[in-house]
Amino acid sequence: MEQLLITENLEKRYENAGVLGTKREVWALQGVSFSIGPRSTLALVGESGSGKSTLAFCIACLERPTSGRIVFDGNEITALNEKQLRDMRPQIQLVFQDPARSLNPRFSALEIVCEPLLVQGRFTKQEREKRARALLAQVGIPQETALRRPYEFSGGQRQRLAIARALALEPKLLILDEALSALDCSVQAQIANLLLELQSLLGLTYLFITHDFAMAAHLADEIAVMECGRIVELSATERVLRAPEQEITRRLIAATPGLSAAKLVQEAV
Amino acid sequence: MSRRFAWPNMDGRTGTGLLPPTMTPLLQVQDLHVTYTSSAGRVSLALAGLSFDVHRGETLGVLGESGSGKSTLAVALLRLLPENAEVQKGAVLFEGLDLLQAELRTLERIRGRRIALIFQEPSLALHPTIRIGDQIGDVLAAHESLTEGSLRQKTLQLLAEVSCADPARIADSYPHQVSGGQQQRVLIAQAIACGPSLIVADEPTASLDPTTQQEILSLFRKLRRKFNLSLILITHNPALLAGLADRLLVLYGGRAAESGPTERVLASPQHPYTRALLQSMPRQLNGITRRRQSRLPIIPGEAPNLEVLANGCRFETRCAERMELCSKREPAAESVSEGHTVACFKYGG
Repeated sequence: MEQLLITENLEKRYENAGVLGTKREVWALQGVSFSIGPRSTLALVGESGSGKSTLAFCIACLERPTSGRIVFDGNEITALNEKQLRDMRPQIQLVFQDPARSLNPRFSALEIVCEPLLVQGRFTKQEREKRARALLAQVGIPQETALRRPYEFSGGQRQRLAIARALALEPKLLILDEALSALDCSVQAQIANLLLELQSLLGLTYLFITHDFAMAAHLADEIAVMECGRIVELSATERVLRAPEQEITRRLIAATPGLSAAKLVQEAV
Repeated sequence: MSRRFAWPNMDGRTGTGLLPPTMTPLLQVQDLHVTYTSSAGRVSLALAGLSFDVHRGETLGVLGESGSGKSTLAVALLRLLPENAEVQKGAVLFEGLDLLQAELRTLERIRGRRIALIFQEPSLALHPTIRIGDQIGDVLAAHESLTEGSLRQKTLQLLAEVSCADPARIADSYPHQVSGGQQQRVLIAQAIACGPSLIVADEPTASLDPTTQQEILSLFRKLRRKFNLSLILITHNPALLAGLADRLLVLYGGRAAESGPTERVLASPQHPYTRALLQSMPRQLNGITRRRQSRLPIIPGEAPNLEVLANGCRFETRCAERMELCSKREPAAESVSEGHTVACFKYGG
């Protein structure tokens, strides 16, 4: 089967201003190659600073990699100019960690979901509203709350709203950058179920970025482990869990809270 | 340690009377009620009659999700509630002294010195333009009179105590120059600076990645043993409390849903909320449980609206096992086994 997203030898270098006019180079990504098949989920796991978010930004066409290729749905996006990129971006959407900071506080829920449609300029006002209302219903936000502003929603509802906005332009790939990490455990379960439902309903592909190995293991078909800008391990979920090859993978699995508690509950249920 | 003794009930009475008469709890919270008034004049009840004890050297895990009142509890203990909040009723007895009634001068000698508070976000809790060493020194200087030299020496000792690799370098750094994990260690150094008896930590590891999280939790383990500290660890993540807390207090809607020895509560949760919460967590890591990508069992609905004063159990609307009685009145805490109490009509109430 043709892969939806392929990255080849992706590199990203940042230059930071050091002391006394010197330059300090930071290699945020080094030789990153992987692919995701359509309708599947790849989890990207790693510690803070391992380059997960830089990779997400490069794929979402928000950052240009220093070198390497990204091929999305047959198009090499690293070769596109700014105008062509603008046509590509709707197909790859992002959901961020903190919905409180990634939603415009002055917009109503309806306006937030309408905005991407407005920016694309392909719809009339009625069409936009109709679509937005359908999207809100799809992610489980009640119609009567459509005119409320973000602060009037709970954290879980806000993340639903962020997902509705991301879905507005009918993307093929959704990048979930720590999208569950800021939520309560019971709300995480609700949103995880929503993501699974939407995936089977709309045929979405997910790049699920997280440091929570337990959730990655639950949602993903494959797990990629990042360390210092490199993917050090990439395999089917079961395999990574059963026989982790790298030290960092073992360390991340061992550090995942949930193991001990889960074991205890397991015996009782 | 403290597990030798019988656990007190949630309603504040000492459980089975097995406690030696001299071992009064270090902290006794009795029937605590706290309300918030919004600018529009709406009143919400954030804590509705909470009672619990913390013994010397004991670690109490407070488990609660958004809207459970867990952060309100942390600040209410030291009378640091914001202006729109009010303690309606109740007492917080620390070594027998009611902190809610104490004079401000007495209270100031207890805050930071006997009871230390560690806030959620280490990057926000530290002053951005003061060197870390000075920020720790300030805590010491507020409670002890020390010379410049001994202040510095003590600061470096504290940083070494919380396992900072290079205390002198950290002391001379500004908060933004060190990692999140280091910032959290600095907050812990501030907390133990004056040798407190009790540390209250509100989500101390929420913003850290799992490996750092585990390091911080082991640091708490080490310090608690070394200084015979009592700890109140407040979190939304049950998994963090396993193997760390002696006892667990599960908060829902400002009330104690369940309380008991940690292993027992996690292994056989009795309250429908605790059970549903623990079941909603992904458990793929065990490799033997749920099928991957299956739907997780969820708790339907949202956290309770605290503005609505319900007569019955706060969890009633979301509960899969609700009965007619549940909406009529509030269930009382019932003992299900030694030291394990549950506020649910299933167990009498």
